[in-house]
Amino acid sequence: MTDDTKTTQTLDVWVAGTEEPELAPTDEGAQEISTDESETRLDEQFGRVVEDDYVFDDDADPDERMILNMGPQHPSTHGVLRLQIELEGEIIRRTKPIIGYLHTGMEKTGEQLDFSQGGTNVTRMDYLSPFHNELVYSLAVERLLGIEVPPRAAAIRVLMTELNRCSSHLVALATNGMDIGAVSMMIYGFREREQILAFFEKTTGLRMNHNYIRPGGVAADLPPGWKDDVVAILDELPRRLQQYDDLLENNPIWGGRTRGVGVISAEEATAYGITGPTLRSAGVDWDIRKAFPYSGIEQYEFEVPLGENGDVYDRYRIRMVEIQESLRIIEQVMDSMPKGDYRVDDRKVTPPPRARIDESMEALIHHFKLFTEGYKVPAGETYVAVESPRGELGCYLVSDGGARPYRMHTRAPSFSNLQALPITMADSLMADTVATIASLDPVMGDVDR
Amino acid sequence: MTDEQGTPEAETIDEAMVVDRRLLPDNPVLRDLFEGFDDVTWELSIGQDVARVPSGRWLEFGSAAKEAGFEVCVDVTAVDWMRQRPQRFEVVANLLSMQHLLRLRMITTAPRQEPAVASLVPIWPGANFPEREAYDMFGIVFEGHPDLTRILMPDEWEGHPLRKDFGVGSVPVQFKESHKVS
Repeated sequence: MTDDTKTTQTLDVWVAGTEEPELAPTDEGAQEISTDESETRLDEQFGRVVEDDYVFDDDADPDERMILNMGPQHPSTHGVLRLQIELEGEIIRRTKPIIGYLHTGMEKTGEQLDFSQGGTNVTRMDYLSPFHNELVYSLAVERLLGIEVPPRAAAIRVLMTELNRCSSHLVALATNGMDIGAVSMMIYGFREREQILAFFEKTTGLRMNHNYIRPGGVAADLPPGWKDDVVAILDELPRRLQQYDDLLENNPIWGGRTRGVGVISAEEATAYGITGPTLRSAGVDWDIRKAFPYSGIEQYEFEVPLGENGDVYDRYRIRMVEIQESLRIIEQVMDSMPKGDYRVDDRKVTPPPRARIDESMEALIHHFKLFTEGYKVPAGETYVAVESPRGELGCYLVSDGGARPYRMHTRAPSFSNLQALPITMADSLMADTVATIASLDPVMGDVDR
Repeated sequence: MTDEQGTPEAETIDEAMVVDRRLLPDNPVLRDLFEGFDDVTWELSIGQDVARVPSGRWLEFGSAAKEAGFEVCVDVTAVDWMRQRPQRFEVVANLLSMQHLLRLRMITTAPRQEPAVASLVPIWPGANFPEREAYDMFGIVFEGHPDLTRILMPDEWEGHPLRKDFGVGSVPVQFKESHKVS
């Protein structure tokens, strides 16, 4: 205490022009200013000597390797991803993704919310594909409850999730474009996504984090005139996709930055549990919509695009084709939308209609009980997976017979896909890092949960 | 029936029937896999195949499953049963076979004190991140894991948040009569 005040006093009382007091050397630990005042050292400090004669060589001493920290605050890491990259010159040797900067304990929160509230929690995980999160959670709860949703609810779910796949892939294309330098792509992707989000807002009330797909069906029926909006999207998007194609497909810069970059083989992808477009880019024909169909998606015709080389270009191409295939599904859903109820007719999970609450005391009590106590779910455990835009999105749900999940675990596709980064980036150029990250399309909210 | 039960012959027949009556899945791939392990029980959990594996044979059953065609380990996680079960932790691994279009869930248990199971990373490298998450959240040690460190929580964090005895915490709300927010 006394020492501190003494130092500050000495500094304070010194006035320019008077005799310079002798300053105590700074005590800043590792940041201490060097007291070495030899001529070479001073030359270095004043920038008179610049050494830049590094030549990459294969037998470089381990001491000559450099660790570079990229992120967490880096615009190309899509959030708060941090990478420790070991460089040898410009060549990447090893990469370690460091995550958890966005961890908010959503699985713990999920245990505190009852089954009907859980949707508000899971929808915030992967904020670019909220409908898929809600869908997988609802499917898991329904599986434990043993209920089947009516055909209209299932069709609405397919409609919304496939639209969501388009909007999510549009963001992936936009950010992929921007990271490589095609900044116009960024504006285009977000512009088209806005049209889809406007439809989401009309239907659910929110642009993101909808809590629209709920255990037992969906929150509300489609709004009047929904077909016009969907038709507008179906008219607009293929035209726009053609424009993206004209912009990127034969663009030599785009080709040079994406072809043969960030390559992953089929064996590596399956061994590391990588799913989604990244797995399909390696030529593995795997789509959960085809393998384990859910919500009646097997009624609709669509193709699963596959890549050959497993590089960034293939992943970009797959996303472009997947948007078109999703539009095909949407068109079929729109034409064959079944009539009927949008919620299951099960009083255990479905609250009474609004009109009944005004007439009937019992309905009011029922409504009140359902939203204060929630409904009890039989004890058991289950794992349900859906194909999210990023890969296999799973929900492992354990119930002990109460009104809240005993354990709610989300198998996040971005989390597992990040394990591909060290393999795809090894022995590649530092400049290809952002292209590779963007092609995996990680959403940090999904990674950290 | 009652006459036969008294004879020693009937008893031996009964025993043989008990052995035969061990529940086995219909699927030939799963049946072959389970027949190699006497102490692994198969059960159907709402239509999904579950293997209850003793913790000592976790790795062995894993490699057998991989050879049977389960080439992807989709996920590894855990459940904390606190005082509801004699063995506090359950470790759950979800396997996927793309060639046979099958899913299988492996479940084993870990004790209250120093919970540990063998790591699946030598079989499926993709179990790396999920096992680190389970270690971080539950404190279950995966023996043989190449880099068992915290993944989501800060390195200096104390405790394992998804255990049931770890509090959720709360933010004090500023109401007129409530305790003061500092």
